[in-house]
Amino acid sequence: MASTRSSRDDILAALRRNAPEASAAPGLDGLGVVFADPFAELARSMVAVGGAYVRVADIAAAHAAVAALPQAGSAKKIASLVPGVGQPTIDLTAIDDPHALADLDLAVLPGELAVAENAAVWVDGKSLPHRAVFVITDHLVLVVHARDVVSHMHQAYERLAGRSRGHGLFISGPSKTADIEQVLVVGAQGARTCALVIVG
Amino acid sequence: MASGHPEAAARFVANDDRAHWHDQAVWWIRQKRDTASAAVTDWEALRGVAAGIKRHVLSRLADYLEEFERNATAHGVQIHWARDAAEHNAIVHKLLTDRGVTKLVKSKSMLTEECKLNPYLEARGIEVIDTDLGERIVQLAGEPPSHIVMPAIHRRKEEIGELFQIHLRTKPGASDPKYLTEAARHHLRDKFLEAGAGLTGVNFAVAETGGIVVCTNEGNADMGTSLPPLHIACMGVEKIIPRERDLGVFLRLLARSATGQPVTAYSTHYHGPRPGAEMHVVIVDNGRADILGREAIRSALSCIRCGACMNTCPVYRRSGGHSYGYTVPGPIGSVLAPARDPASHASLPFASTLCGSCADVCPVRIDLHHQLLALRQEMAHNKLVPWQKRTVLRLTAWVMAWSGLYRFAGWLTRRLWPVLPRRLLYVRWNVWGRQRELPVMPRDSFGAKYRRLRRLRRGARG
Repeated sequence: MASTRSSRDDILAALRRNAPEASAAPGLDGLGVVFADPFAELARSMVAVGGAYVRVADIAAAHAAVAALPQAGSAKKIASLVPGVGQPTIDLTAIDDPHALADLDLAVLPGELAVAENAAVWVDGKSLPHRAVFVITDHLVLVVHARDVVSHMHQAYERLAGRSRGHGLFISGPSKTADIEQVLVVGAQGARTCALVIVG
Repeated sequence: MASGHPEAAARFVANDDRAHWHDQAVWWIRQKRDTASAAVTDWEALRGVAAGIKRHVLSRLADYLEEFERNATAHGVQIHWARDAAEHNAIVHKLLTDRGVTKLVKSKSMLTEECKLNPYLEARGIEVIDTDLGERIVQLAGEPPSHIVMPAIHRRKEEIGELFQIHLRTKPGASDPKYLTEAARHHLRDKFLEAGAGLTGVNFAVAETGGIVVCTNEGNADMGTSLPPLHIACMGVEKIIPRERDLGVFLRLLARSATGQPVTAYSTHYHGPRPGAEMHVVIVDNGRADILGREAIRSALSCIRCGACMNTCPVYRRSGGHSYGYTVPGPIGSVLAPARDPASHASLPFASTLCGSCADVCPVRIDLHHQLLALRQEMAHNKLVPWQKRTVLRLTAWVMAWSGLYRFAGWLTRRLWPVLPRRLLYVRWNVWGRQRELPVMPRDSFGAKYRRLRRLRRGARG
């Protein structure tokens, strides 16, 4: 690795040599739009990104709401990581190889927070036995507690600041593409549908 | 200069229907961007902060890269450094061959396009599958992307249907985007499942946490990194940002500027490999440090690759991405390409009206039109501009510098123009007159009209 070591030093030296004069990093205070009714905004955003939105009172009602989804009715292979929601047919922790999830029909996953401005739901990798689950499944249901709804992304990162860092992501609606003549097609490589269930 | 932008653009506009269709298709995306950005009340504040963060980063790139390296290594990521494209390609190739990988799934990475990684690996027996739908389309067509966000925006759906009929065995004559996308989904699923490694670009690398963030709408980066046991992420040195909370700023700007969406469907934060898997990050300079040293254009390194500047550019929309002859087309590409190789891309700084619309929509406020002007001056100074253009410009400068000469030239033109025969006026080197009628000459100069008006006014008052 002798050559790459010197590449590293060369690159860093050139970047230092050519660096412009110091310029302070700006603060982020005051950024973000706070919504009077973040739930209404979240619902609007979720529909705009091609997903579905439902708010229910408790876990039992969440279970009923998921059961009522058309994509749940036809699902054969189901995984759920939200106790009490969905009727799992497989146990994700018992699967060694994520390739075995290729025919997964429905996954019900917990979201740590939901962002009203863009329907982004934070899913922490630590809650997933396999990273592939959220993207390889045909249909995705995300369950988020009402107290974990924030208005904007700056609030979201404030909430995420204290976590221990591993794999994690924001999911905003189903997988989509507009690469053929800018026609929006939902269901590209990942989930074909995405439903957000807010509990509480 | 025979293969410059004007010649390639002429080939593109020769098909009038397609040129207008392309213009409209791209303009539509610009309008979606306008709607999305107008809905965000703190949009301008957001742009200002984003530009400020990038300015700060450029002054401390080396420090932040070292901090990133330390933190990423602590997460079990292996860091590699590449001075140029050749070194980058060799590193990726060695990572693959050391592990016996023969099939690589790639999500969109403009850097690997810049480094020409695909042909390098293919020549060495590795199958490379681009998994972004647009990238897959242009890969099957054997051509480079024509846009950094929508690689196949220059292709009609009927053409894509024909391509898929050959390669994916879709129905003859099929052109429904939904049907074609579904066919690509099945085709790519198989590729994901059999791949030995996944390669992604990097949208943002966070110094503070050692994490990288990859944004896609299709989910192809997530598929490509969650199944194979090896993840290689390739990034230019300028992708670094200081703090994780800065992502709040950039993720709010990126997708809105790119496609008018509030955020991409997947914004994945990687901090290390999956259990039992490997993750490598290749940090590439390839000319970026040189750009950093050039004051007039260094802020081009702030670019977050949203494509808004090309969507708004009247020249890009009417000439198509391929006319630029570089991985990144449009205004930002017209800065980056000649910055790297002025002789090969001398015409690009002139592929602009300098209207400044690119700078107006840029989420990180890069002063693109000023940079293009600076590069034009550099090109002229280094004699990389055709002699005809240089002669005309020198002549113009001379006439403008002498007011008597300027007035005489104007007087002569006003008198000669109307009486000269068409075939003398519309000669081969009258480029303006090729598609347009020359303006009708006024009888008097502006100066004469102005003086007459002043005399009249004075007369009216007196």
